[in-house]
Amino acid sequence: MSKKRIIVVGNGMVGHNFINTLATSEHSSEFELVTFSEEPRLAYDRVQLSKYFSGYTAADLALTTADDYERQGVVFTLNDKVVAINSHEKTITTASGRKEGYDKLVLATGSYPFVPPIPGKDQDHCLVYRTIEDLEAISASAAVSKTGVVVGGGLLGLEAANALKQAGLETHVVEFAPRLMAVQLDEGGGKLLRRKIEDLGVTVHTEKNTKEIVAGQECRYRMNFADGSFLETDMILFSAGIRPQDELARQFGLDLGERGGIVINDYCQTSDEDIYAIGECALWDNKIFGLVAPGYQMAKVSAAHIVSSLITHEEPALAFKGADMSTKLKLLGVDVASIGDAHGHTAGSQSYVFNDDIAEVYKRLIVSADGKKLLGAVLVGEAEAYGTLLQLMLNDMDIPGNPAALILPAVDGEASVGLGVAALPETAQICSCFDVTKGDLAAAVQGGCCTMGDIKDATKASTGCGGCSALVKQVMDAELVALGVEVNNNLCEHFAYTRAELADIIRVKGYTTFAQVLQGHGKGHGCEICKPTVGSVLASFHNEYILKDEHIGLQDTNDIFLGNMQKDGTYSIVPRIAGGEITPDKLIVLGEIAKEYDLYTKITGGQRIDLFGAQLHELPQIWERLVAAGFETGHAYGKSLRTVKSCVGSTWCRYGVLDSVSMAIALENRYKGLRAPHKIKFAVSGCTRECAEAQSKDIGVIATEKGWNLYVCGNGGMRPRHADLFATELDDETLIKTIDRVLMFYVRTADRLQRTSVWMENLEGGLDYLREVVVDDKLGICSELEDAMTRVVSTYQCEWKTTLENPEKLKRFQHFINADEDDSNLLYVRERGQRRPATATERIELVNLSTVQG
Amino acid sequence: MTLLNSVKTGQEQAVDQWSSICLLEDIAPDTGVCALYQGEQVALFRIGDSDQVFAISNYDPLGEANVLSRGIVGSVGERLVVASPLYKQHYDLATGECLEDSDLLLKTYRVRVEQQQVQLS
Repeated sequence: MSKKRIIVVGNGMVGHNFINTLATSEHSSEFELVTFSEEPRLAYDRVQLSKYFSGYTAADLALTTADDYERQGVVFTLNDKVVAINSHEKTITTASGRKEGYDKLVLATGSYPFVPPIPGKDQDHCLVYRTIEDLEAISASAAVSKTGVVVGGGLLGLEAANALKQAGLETHVVEFAPRLMAVQLDEGGGKLLRRKIEDLGVTVHTEKNTKEIVAGQECRYRMNFADGSFLETDMILFSAGIRPQDELARQFGLDLGERGGIVINDYCQTSDEDIYAIGECALWDNKIFGLVAPGYQMAKVSAAHIVSSLITHEEPALAFKGADMSTKLKLLGVDVASIGDAHGHTAGSQSYVFNDDIAEVYKRLIVSADGKKLLGAVLVGEAEAYGTLLQLMLNDMDIPGNPAALILPAVDGEASVGLGVAALPETAQICSCFDVTKGDLAAAVQGGCCTMGDIKDATKASTGCGGCSALVKQVMDAELVALGVEVNNNLCEHFAYTRAELADIIRVKGYTTFAQVLQGHGKGHGCEICKPTVGSVLASFHNEYILKDEHIGLQDTNDIFLGNMQKDGTYSIVPRIAGGEITPDKLIVLGEIAKEYDLYTKITGGQRIDLFGAQLHELPQIWERLVAAGFETGHAYGKSLRTVKSCVGSTWCRYGVLDSVSMAIALENRYKGLRAPHKIKFAVSGCTRECAEAQSKDIGVIATEKGWNLYVCGNGGMRPRHADLFATELDDETLIKTIDRVLMFYVRTADRLQRTSVWMENLEGGLDYLREVVVDDKLGICSELEDAMTRVVSTYQCEWKTTLENPEKLKRFQHFINADEDDSNLLYVRERGQRRPATATERIELVNLSTVQG
Repeated sequence: MTLLNSVKTGQEQAVDQWSSICLLEDIAPDTGVCALYQGEQVALFRIGDSDQVFAISNYDPLGEANVLSRGIVGSVGERLVVASPLYKQHYDLATGECLEDSDLLLKTYRVRVEQQQVQLS
């Protein structure tokens, strides 16, 4: 059977989602997927578009890559627009003249920004905000402007205002309606949002109808308003709503709505049954859905319908039933949420209002006439209740107790009223970006998922906007409990606490030894899990010499001999080479030592040199020489800071904008010796070409012309994770202060052997929460975190230097306590001019040989 | 420094002849050391800062290396154990039994502390 040919017009978020749905379905081999985009790049995340201004690149925003599409067998063409449809022949034609046949055609052409018909709107520096190209134009215009105006005070308009503000412009928002976000917010909410935004330095003008744009006196342009007032500005950004991109459908006879939009039925079919329309170009029940979640739902429905009509010939299982338009977002740093009937249009509805002018929080609930059901809500300034309220509304649940309690702040000692996740029906949609229900999550847990990471991999839940992560975790935990899986976070049989809890106990009680912790809070003798864990926590807070009598028994295999044990029981040696910078003299010392002790020598991934095959008794001899030559221990054996990799930076590189090597050395010297829940790797790149690969590190620093951009919680290795952009354009001092806080917060709160990447994925509230703690100081602990780090930095010692000065400790560095002999079990062969342990087969040969010769 | 008694062959040695290996204080609390005893590698472990000492073979049969004396001492339930520093299997210090694989039994040695001397027999 030949493959069915599906052509998708438009490769935006929804078009891509459709392709991905079919390409990953069980019927993927039965389809040939072809897509055309008029944009120069494949689908990217428009929801996060404003991040482009905080340092994200087009690649960061990409939802797919050419490689991914090629692997999935998707044929794609960029920069070529579909200009004609022949529904009788079932073909399309592109601007470049290509003609392609289809079995089913999917229109995912999206929308375009509406620009009001104001005289003067088509001049230079009058722009819109929709694509990466638009953003590039905005950047270019902002660079030669001082003042910027956004026309439109809706959701996108405020995002755009944020972009202008970040670009350093004096920013104004001009809105036709009497308040900001008129669609989503009521008067009280709009008023507070305005106040908060004005506090941030953005001037808001409401009830302004722009009459014309003319040449200005102070600035490039003057906007004259209908009420006779005017405003001068250098650039204008139109964000006055969107219009469905239905031009193609209009020309080729598909049914359209009165005000535009391609009419679709419940299966997303247009008036031609072989042509579908999905996303913002589609009109269902006379409504356009300008959010991504309903678009994804349409993609899912249309894909299912295509499979059932071409392949399985079964009744379609899915239908589009409209979508909830509730939203929660952060606009210019202000939390804003709108749920359901936010304006109280429902007959007989009543409302509860909570307004706190001091804390700048506004909340309003719209409830049914009988006060039992939640119909809608507006939250400004604080939107933590969003998840709970949304579920109450979507699932038509009875409000538990007094509705007012849902918006009143928790009084000390009283738990805030939450909605037990157990109360939610199986069909409750928890993640709207990927349409994941409570039932889907339950099934994933039953299938073996028991961490947030597992759940994200299995269901995609919480991998879109991330707004549902707290709720997803609650559902997961509840399901685990329901399954009888005791959510046992105990460290081991000796301690009924997590590592984070033990860290708190140790910090608060001021314990300094394992014996104190075990006596106060544990049982038994401890084990290879709790001993190194407590040893690491003690070292993180007190930073004492780890081979002190009271600590030595806690240290892991590697720490106890300050080297990395290899498979045959010998050790590797890794001296610190901060930032990867090393003098020729030091290189020679390493070479001489390696030659003398016949150590296998290899360059590490962290820009250091690893010397393998040293026996216990050789370690002190070798380190004596290394320390004399100015080397320090590299902590390659510890759960601690490893390396700060760097590119050569502005001192030599033609492209470097800052001195990445000096910064890397400063960072490495600051944090060396910091014991942590797991190893920590850094990198510093001298420009955005990113040669040091900082975005795959726990802490990544990238130079820009305006300062350092800080990335956190990346990882290479087994489960790679792209680091998150945490803060931008930092000076040296702020950079170090921020890293101090992030690292110490990680040290305090992470689980045992949890890298920062997994820590971040399991951190409730994710990146935003980390920012609240570390940047906004929500918990009021920042100065404490800095002090704790200062203590660690000021108590640093090279553990090898200390050990060499301590003859008692050196006694341990020999294979036998009662003889000077070596371990006779060690056998080596030579390969490529160096020594390596013999394999099992080689050992037999070597032993036979020596027997024969002997 | 360490003491090395003259080692006798098995036949010559009387049943209760003890060889001094090292001083108790040579073994840091809750750690192990390796001793050479009659040509064999013996791992000696000291529990806490007491004079309770255990002796088992130093050879890790799964990791195939002489490393057990460098493992972490602890307990599983009531049993005192050492965890292999290579792959973390637990060995009962009293019986030599591997907790993860009861077919594996390490050789154990008689050990005592006499006047601060750790002795094997």
